[in-house]
Amino acid sequence: MTGPMVKAEGVHKRFGANEVLKGIDLEVGRGEVMCMLGPSGSGKSTFLRCINHLEKINSGRLSVDGELVGYRDAGGKLHELRDREVTTKRAQIGMVFQQFNLFPHMTAMENVSLAPVRVQKVAREEARKRAKTLLERVGLSDKLDAYPVALSGGQQQRVAIARALAMQPKLMLFDEPTSALDPELVGEVLDVMRQLAQDGMTMIVVTHEMGFAREVGDTAVFMDGGVVVESGPPGQVLVNPREERTRTFLSKVL
Amino acid sequence: MASADVTKPRADKPPGRPEDIKAVPVRRPWRWVAAAIILIIAASLIRSAIVDTGPNKGFQWTWVGHFLFDSRVLHGVVVTIRLTVLSMAIGIVLGVLLAVMRLSPNRLVSGASWIYIWFFRGTPLLVQILFWNNIGALYKTIVLGVPFGGPGLIHANANTLIPTSVAVVLALGLNEGAYMAEIVRAGIISVDEGQTEAAQSLGMSRLQIMRLVVLPQAIRVILPPTGNEMISMLKNSSLASVVAYTEALYSVQLIYSVNYKTIPLLIVVSIWYLVMTSVLYVGQYFIERRFGRGFSRAEQATMRARWLGLSRGGGVEGPPP
Repeated sequence: MTGPMVKAEGVHKRFGANEVLKGIDLEVGRGEVMCMLGPSGSGKSTFLRCINHLEKINSGRLSVDGELVGYRDAGGKLHELRDREVTTKRAQIGMVFQQFNLFPHMTAMENVSLAPVRVQKVAREEARKRAKTLLERVGLSDKLDAYPVALSGGQQQRVAIARALAMQPKLMLFDEPTSALDPELVGEVLDVMRQLAQDGMTMIVVTHEMGFAREVGDTAVFMDGGVVVESGPPGQVLVNPREERTRTFLSKVL
Repeated sequence: MASADVTKPRADKPPGRPEDIKAVPVRRPWRWVAAAIILIIAASLIRSAIVDTGPNKGFQWTWVGHFLFDSRVLHGVVVTIRLTVLSMAIGIVLGVLLAVMRLSPNRLVSGASWIYIWFFRGTPLLVQILFWNNIGALYKTIVLGVPFGGPGLIHANANTLIPTSVAVVLALGLNEGAYMAEIVRAGIISVDEGQTEAAQSLGMSRLQIMRLVVLPQAIRVILPPTGNEMISMLKNSSLASVVAYTEALYSVQLIYSVNYKTIPLLIVVSIWYLVMTSVLYVGQYFIERRFGRGFSRAEQATMRARWLGLSRGGGVEGPPP
């Protein structure tokens, strides 16, 4: 199929009277890496959460892989999707959180193989094999049976990435994946993400890592106050921004 | 003593490491006074318990020994255990159900749970036991079928369907459900929302998330108060004696109503209750340790330290290295 992986047109999101997204128009092509930057409260995370329907949008159109998120379009009329349909679609989108959110009562191996077994109904042995391969890929072949509490932040986040990849997603969402890490642990997580990008994964990354955005990103988006202020190639948006607001933000971050 | 040289290293210490401080401790005379008072009270209590003032007065330990393993008493103890286990099982299942209902986005479902909890927590357990025991006076027959006067499929006489043995289990279990619901709800709420979101993002259904991710973590918070509930249940089951159900208390009441050995028989039943609650205490410790798996190592260390500290008779400040 052609066309963009993610397409947002005039996406609005309100929490009560508080309007967090005020009309987002974006496109992410297949195999592209889009990095989103902006001050806290600018709506970056909310936008990510809308993409896999953790939040419902109030107006506009948001589609993943050519299909609307959360709704079915039947002759111009929108029908809400059933829970089953929503979960099926979510399973195709991987998400990595700032706080890792590993399941603390399960080992690394169990964390990674849980969803394939329970959601995709993969045979247990097959799921374990897949989990082992993935954990090796993120450099944790010696931590298969470790509980999250025994892992460093960087290791936990790499398990979380492996857990998302175990569902063989077509799109990966990263919500500030390195913000909760000690500076010395950031590199190991970014390395895994860089490798993933090179392997052709479509990724949306909310991050404050300018170096990563410049090097790995195909596009960079600067958001503020619920709108996209500026977007374009990272070399332009991050190095030579047109907008004053972007320039002020970058000067504070760098 | 006061002239201890803190800077000079002792011969058996590695060189370069200063000697530990050896200070004169603060004197606390009131501790000695308190200890003396407690010892005096304890001694007089023990004396009163040991010195039998007559064949039919005081504690009458010989009668206690005589009835401790009486078959009627043992039967009552077994009935109490069965009653406790059955009621608690109903209470836990119902509690989980009510807690999940209470957290449902559907207002009617959560409201129904709220009303249940309000009713069963708001009326005395003793009244509920009497109610269930007299249910036959309220509903003569119980019919399973089409509601509002439609044809019934199964008819049953309430008194044969709910004899006293069932009435007490229902009363204790349904009452416990209301308390367990609040405990389970607190446990569910204690699990970080990020856990649910992570599970959602993996495409898991609401039921799967609850069963595989949230409840296993909530258990850690749910278990300690559930242990307390179990101990309360064990003791509250003695309320069933008012409807002449031969659990532990009623079985000794039956004996002393005939031979008037009231005190020794009450001691007998108290000993059995203490034995049962002590077993529960130990069981609770091991079950909690089992479910602490995967949570902070420090927490498990402090649990160990607390037990060590207990056996040493002093508090331990931090986890051992």
